[in-house]
Amino acid sequence: MRLNKIILSFISALAILFSTSVVSFAKVVGDKIVLGAAISLTGKYSSNGVHTQNGYNMAVDRINSMGGVKVGGKTYKFDIIYYDDESNPKRAAQLAERLISQDGVEFMLGPYSSGLTKAIAPVTEKYGVPMVEANGASRSLFTKGYKYLFAVLAPANLYLDVAIDLAVEKNNGKGVTVAMAFEQDAFSQDVRLGVLDAIKRTGSKKVIDDKLPKELNDMAATLVKVKQMKPDVLVVSGHTKGALTAIRQISEMKVDVPMLAMTHCDAAKLSKQHGKNSQYALCASQWHKTLTYKDDFFKDGMTYDADFTKEFGYAPPYQAAESSAALLVFKDAFERANSFDQKKVRDALAATNMQTFYGNIKFAEGGQNVDKPMVLFQVMCDDAGKCENKVVAPTKWASAKLIHPIPSWSKR
Amino acid sequence: MDFMVFQYPMISVQACLDGVLLGILFALIAYGMALQWGVMNIINIAQGDLVILGGYIAYFMYLYGIHPAWGVIVAPVVMYFVGIAIYKLVINKVVDRDLFISILATFGISILFMQLMNFAFGADVVLANSDYGTTMLFNNNVVLPNSKIFSAFISILFAVCLVIYMKKSKLGRAIRATAQNARAAKILGVDTEKVYAATFGINAALCGVAGALISITFTIHPYMGLPYTIRSFMIVIVAGLGNLPGVAMSGMGLGVFEEFADYILGTEFRIGSVFLLLVLILVYRRFKLSRKREYLK
Repeated sequence: MRLNKIILSFISALAILFSTSVVSFAKVVGDKIVLGAAISLTGKYSSNGVHTQNGYNMAVDRINSMGGVKVGGKTYKFDIIYYDDESNPKRAAQLAERLISQDGVEFMLGPYSSGLTKAIAPVTEKYGVPMVEANGASRSLFTKGYKYLFAVLAPANLYLDVAIDLAVEKNNGKGVTVAMAFEQDAFSQDVRLGVLDAIKRTGSKKVIDDKLPKELNDMAATLVKVKQMKPDVLVVSGHTKGALTAIRQISEMKVDVPMLAMTHCDAAKLSKQHGKNSQYALCASQWHKTLTYKDDFFKDGMTYDADFTKEFGYAPPYQAAESSAALLVFKDAFERANSFDQKKVRDALAATNMQTFYGNIKFAEGGQNVDKPMVLFQVMCDDAGKCENKVVAPTKWASAKLIHPIPSWSKR
Repeated sequence: MDFMVFQYPMISVQACLDGVLLGILFALIAYGMALQWGVMNIINIAQGDLVILGGYIAYFMYLYGIHPAWGVIVAPVVMYFVGIAIYKLVINKVVDRDLFISILATFGISILFMQLMNFAFGADVVLANSDYGTTMLFNNNVVLPNSKIFSAFISILFAVCLVIYMKKSKLGRAIRATAQNARAAKILGVDTEKVYAATFGINAALCGVAGALISITFTIHPYMGLPYTIRSFMIVIVAGLGNLPGVAMSGMGLGVFEEFADYILGTEFRIGSVFLLLVLILVYRRFKLSRKREYLK
């Protein structure tokens, strides 16, 4: 009985807490612009969810401390309400609903991953809530005709087509043979479509086209086929698991391939987990600290890298950088709209044309950022086994020369 | 469909060897499952999660500069006590109830373990590097990572030790007696409660060894347990309880089947084909059982 009483009073205390918090939050209160975000703080996306949150928080603090947002002659500060979506699309959609209809949020920041963004976008669209997202790159997000969705990152189909172009360039403009291994999820399959386009465009030929299941941690069969077919390029995309498994098994099975291109290398901490075995891998990245884009808040990539590392104790992966950029975009749009009217802010967002430390930002009709190319970096190690990621393409941003073809395992 | 595997004989050899090495590892997990299924009549859905937890033990040793191969000694010891703890907290309350209740209970444990591991270790995919190198066979046409060979060797070693232990030791005899007839064993003075606890502990320890080996050979992640549960379930169904050579054979068979399915149907159907095989085997077994029943009538 006593236990029941305790539980009952605990629940009522919680209820009171929630009801008061609902009252105290609303769209623009006093001098605060309240943004809402459902983020994966637990569940399978929790590490990248935390990168996203850290990126958002870093930008909020920076913008607030440097004068905030000026709208209608008044200065406002950013504030974010976070909920944990547990890496679950259904939960994310519920939370978006709750943020908008209960908490009264009028502007949203995106969650982590394409899947969760896909779950939230219909909700924000229904209520006409502008959402700037930084971590959903799937092409299907931008073909649905969403009017209130804006993504600061380049869409997934552009991740690895640069690599095919690079291989063709190294082959004196002639087509190459490509082996592909992609996980069966929305993002990786979009990356695959991009690669297929590039293959068609350059007159190349695909020789292997394997789809990896989500639970997979063994791709030996694909690699045996690669050994047999000897393609010019091997392309792998399967989130961090794919990147780690590929490098482990390529090095163990001594698979020689002139070019190896992947995604999610820095999220997988490839050079840390695999050291020298990851050497020469090419990795698609939305951002790299050595790129020379600039803005007033974070100055440039190197400064962002240093500031972020100082605050959070680890170097920022691109997931954090793009999340920070999302707030710069919101600030810029609010000031140009000079209003908190959702329609006006939406139109201002659509007209965005700016440079941030993360890259140029300009949205196409579908909401994707068309002004920021992907970069490819290559893992390069010194004799002591210390590895670093160096940008090798596009040539404009390259800080090192591409090593091609990859030396065979017998010579390493 | 791709029949490359038959066009190049070396690929078939590679697939068979990969499959056998993988299957031996599966068989170790399945043996633990068969043991506690036979003794306690419990199907442990959390089997795969115990494996992953064992993997994390080896991974953390690796992180602190200890070679992860030592994990095959440390992980079973730690996991034995984890197993005993799970038994004392949950399993002893469901051990005499019907199968459905124990499946629900272990399903609950599985979810709890997944979330706890995710909470404690993070959602990153991790691995432990053994740097064991590679063995090349047949003029470099067949490659076998030494880590896989090591895994298979250790699995066999543990299985053999366990068989000897079950045959020779007092506890082993008590476990076998309880499996045959718990009530009779109890009347004859066997402390079945202790036997159950020890059995569950031994099962968890075997999972620990397998987990450590998986962290060396593949990758681990808090949510990766279920495929291991399914595989061991299937191996046990095919082999039957208390039939170690059967478990080993069906483990290797499953490994080879998976590899060939991967080559022929494509990697995307690899795990799917395992599920399909499971359904087929269950249907076949049911069919066979019903015929037997009719015969008995």
